[in-house]
Amino acid sequence: MPVILSDRTIDLDFIRKLEDISGQPLKTCMQCGTCAAVCPMDESTDMTPRKLIHLAQLGLHDAVMNSNMAWICASCHTCEVRCPRGIDIPKLMEALRLLILRKNENFIEPFEISDEAFEELPQIAMVSAFRKHTA
Amino acid sequence: MKIGYYPGCTLKTKAKNLEDAAIKSMAALGYEMVELDRWNCCGAVYSLADDDLVHFLAPVRDLIRAHDQGFDKVVTLCSMCYNTLARANLLMRDDEVKRDALNDFMEEENDYKGEVEVVHLLNFIRDEIGWDKLRDAVKVPLEGLNFAPYYGCTLTRPEEVGIDSPKDPVVFQAFIEAIGGNIVDFPASQTCCGSYQIISNPEAAKATTLEILTSASDAKADALVLSCPLCEYNIGRRQDEIIKGNDKLENLPTFYFTQLLAIALGLPIEDLKLELNTNSTKAFLEQKGLPALA
Repeated sequence: MPVILSDRTIDLDFIRKLEDISGQPLKTCMQCGTCAAVCPMDESTDMTPRKLIHLAQLGLHDAVMNSNMAWICASCHTCEVRCPRGIDIPKLMEALRLLILRKNENFIEPFEISDEAFEELPQIAMVSAFRKHTA
Repeated sequence: MKIGYYPGCTLKTKAKNLEDAAIKSMAALGYEMVELDRWNCCGAVYSLADDDLVHFLAPVRDLIRAHDQGFDKVVTLCSMCYNTLARANLLMRDDEVKRDALNDFMEEENDYKGEVEVVHLLNFIRDEIGWDKLRDAVKVPLEGLNFAPYYGCTLTRPEEVGIDSPKDPVVFQAFIEAIGGNIVDFPASQTCCGSYQIISNPEAAKATTLEILTSASDAKADALVLSCPLCEYNIGRRQDEIIKGNDKLENLPTFYFTQLLAIALGLPIEDLKLELNTNSTKAFLEQKGLPALA
């Protein structure tokens, strides 16, 4: 899919918000792809962390927000310990999630979890999923 | 000797086997694990947003409890609690602005600035007891058994709170060696099990768990050794579902490291709370005649 750069696709305020919430300067990324190589969720995401960061560097709000990458990320920090530029990529993913969650939109609905699953799931699974995926 | 202990929610129910085996084993080694009075849920994950303070209140309150109750160290067993408490502690130690804001917000509590040290039990054993002393205390060395140490994510990452190097950790291997087991190195020992994605994106979680099971099985492991109840759920409890229809994989037993410690120290079978383990784990022990001194 072609990436269209125009004043209609580029959102500079989006870059500022992402950098503010995450504390990570997007321009630091040099696109080496180490994060893409180590991400354990690569089979399930629609793009790599590298590509997501590139689109974010360009301020392409819609392309970034339409990706499932930040929602599949489990904050495992494998990319963070390997990044040669010292970028805390899980913090960027958290900022992307918060841009949605802070509008009071849930990614998962706690009430939709079945009684059987509630019975079986360890508490830390539910607490962490609700923390990461609900408003 | 008494040591301050933070259990966390899951260890009181679903992962009682992680807790009981630890308390009994540490007692056998001469340490009384004293549960913090009035502890609360740590929040399970550390907040990664720069502008978020409210989610630090829960873990910091636990650290204040430990400090108020006179402990200079607080020991944890659950990897997620360890990570969350250790990171919150570093924040209180190093970030003056956030520390002041949090202390001001919790007016009713004593001020806290990271005085307590958060320690995972593996490191407590390494640093306070030492591998040689542990080896001497072992009554039933787990000889001939091949154990794959599974670190997962939160024991070693991020580096500033890692119980060992995130790139080349050895503490789990040293533990297995000290209780007499064979160490199985396998490439996925630090690969994420999918964590809480088992709720939100279960297929993604199962895909990465399958990779871990395949990696350990290819390395000829007899069993996986864990420290995290969520890893145990994803890799152990959900295992039948994950390997179903896969002819190359057989069930792989999963133990908490504290359970292997209890077996090696010769503690009775009821201390292991095996009813909370998977069937293949129970069958494995039965086949090997363990626990030997029960």
